[in-house]
Amino acid sequence: MNTIHNRRVVCETLIELSEKDRDIVVLCSDSRGSASMAPFAEKFPSQFIETGIAEQNIVGIAAGLAASGKKPYVASPACFLTTRAAEQIKIDVAYSNTNVKLLGISAGISYGALGMTHHSLQDIALLRAIPGILIAVAADRHEAKRLTEAFNEYTGPAYMRIGRNPVEDVYDSDDYDFQLGKAITMRDGNSLSIITFGETVKTALEAAELMSTGGIDCRVINMHTIKPLDNDCILKAANETGAIITIEEHSIFGGFGAAVAETVVQNCPVPMKIMGIPDEPAVPGKSREVFAYYGISPENLCIEAEKLIKMKKNGW
Amino acid sequence: MDKYGSLRKKAAQIRRDIIDMVYRSAAGHVGGSLSETDILVSLYYCVLNVDPKNPLSPDRDRFLLSKGHSIDAYYCVLADKGFFPKDDLKSYSQFSSKYIGHPNNKIPGIEMNTGSLGHGLSVGVGMALAGKMDNKTYRVFVLLGDGELAEGSVWEAAMAASNYELDNLTAIIDRNGLQITGKTEDVMRIEPLAMKWESFGWNVIHTDGHDFPSLCDAFSKKNIIPGKPTVVIAETVKGKGVSFMENNPKWHHGVMNEAEYKRACEELDKVPEVCE
Ligand SMILES: [Mg+2]
Repeated sequence: MNTIHNRRVVCETLIELSEKDRDIVVLCSDSRGSASMAPFAEKFPSQFIETGIAEQNIVGIAAGLAASGKKPYVASPACFLTTRAAEQIKIDVAYSNTNVKLLGISAGISYGALGMTHHSLQDIALLRAIPGILIAVAADRHEAKRLTEAFNEYTGPAYMRIGRNPVEDVYDSDDYDFQLGKAITMRDGNSLSIITFGETVKTALEAAELMSTGGIDCRVINMHTIKPLDNDCILKAANETGAIITIEEHSIFGGFGAAVAETVVQNCPVPMKIMGIPDEPAVPGKSREVFAYYGISPENLCIEAEKLIKMKKNGW
Repeated sequence: MDKYGSLRKKAAQIRRDIIDMVYRSAAGHVGGSLSETDILVSLYYCVLNVDPKNPLSPDRDRFLLSKGHSIDAYYCVLADKGFFPKDDLKSYSQFSSKYIGHPNNKIPGIEMNTGSLGHGLSVGVGMALAGKMDNKTYRVFVLLGDGELAEGSVWEAAMAASNYELDNLTAIIDRNGLQITGKTEDVMRIEPLAMKWESFGWNVIHTDGHDFPSLCDAFSKKNIIPGKPTVVIAETVKGKGVSFMENNPKWHHGVMNEAEYKRACEELDKVPEVCE
């Protein structure tokens, strides 16, 4: 069981990159602990800015830094960063097109028992409606490294969503083909596809394994970049497997499943099931408990898969 | 004509350009534009180190119009300085024009898109921090409205600027006492304003926002206190220069009829320096 947090890997990667790239600036809003950025602050004090608990200000400051040639990374809890500072993100970052990287820490339901104030289940819906922001999520620590490196290469507004707790590996190492905007097929199959991102890639792989014992051949796609979506990969899955389950650690309204559905229904309609957090304050608990409560477990995904395959066969 | 006389003449011409543009397009925020005109003329013709031929020079002084709706004066000054052809402003507020009703950084000379109030000072803090990090000597100026000061984010930025000891940052308050609904003190009391900024750790300078010697002096480097950001509270008159617009909130974004336009032009053409 992996015990290394993705947020720690993001920090270590930024430290590595900063050895050469002195334009990198990390900003925290009294969040260097929760963002695991304390080692960066110690190593590069002149490239670290503390703003105190002021999310609107931190995003505006980052935009000003970027407009002056810096490469700012704002590391702040996703729940506060994306909703409290939504307008600064919309205007100072996206609309003004400043090279600001937003690192939303402890996203989704990873703050668990702290409740809805600390859950970030609207960030994807909100940010994806704003033109010009790339949105990405790493499935494990290896991908967190690749994604951080890719962010530093990419010029333009971008949001990385990062969970709080260590997640189990889905890759053996960080040596694999990773490109922003290009989804990764983790497991091939033709009966149906599960398309997901982040922590639930692992759940999807476990579900696919369980399905295979019952003769269902499930494709698993890691859509690490949520915007821009890899539409080719989605349509290929729709064409070749004829049924799609999406899983997101996010509200089912306006989020990832909705984004996939927009592509599917307008180009290649197939039966879909959108799994995620329903329209309610999420139940408190550890991630796995919460996911299972909302049907995101290998066992329940098998049931959902069977329903979809039946729909597909019946010509829905 | 002395230096200040030519600034007065320039300001009268800019006001005339504003009136022409606003009348032609039947759009704009004329009241706040006329109140800030002398501030902008002081900055662009007396203070700022900016080069219209090299608008992105890394050493340039930065200016942010946080009260982004008062775009008319800003466009007219930038065009007059040669950042873009004056003729471009014929498309102001027209279909598909980049010259929209708020600052647009696709236009040379404009640093950031503003227009939602309370954003500019934080961005200015970021620019000033970058300057300090790179040992640059450029200065950052942010012009805010007085109604804008009800936005909480302004005070987040005010706290940060003094915390970071940004003596390369100057905030300017266009203190015309009015906002769209009426008097600022009736809508949401912001006084005692100087005390607020002082208590946030700023170097506070009070000035007549229509007097060029005072304005140029207020912005001059000699007033900088090391380790402190500076705020210039510029007492202004909304609608300044056109008698029937002065101190009347109706002209926040009022549109002139033909008679009003003619009267405004006559008044502006009577400015002594223009007649010389
Ligand atoms: Mg005002």
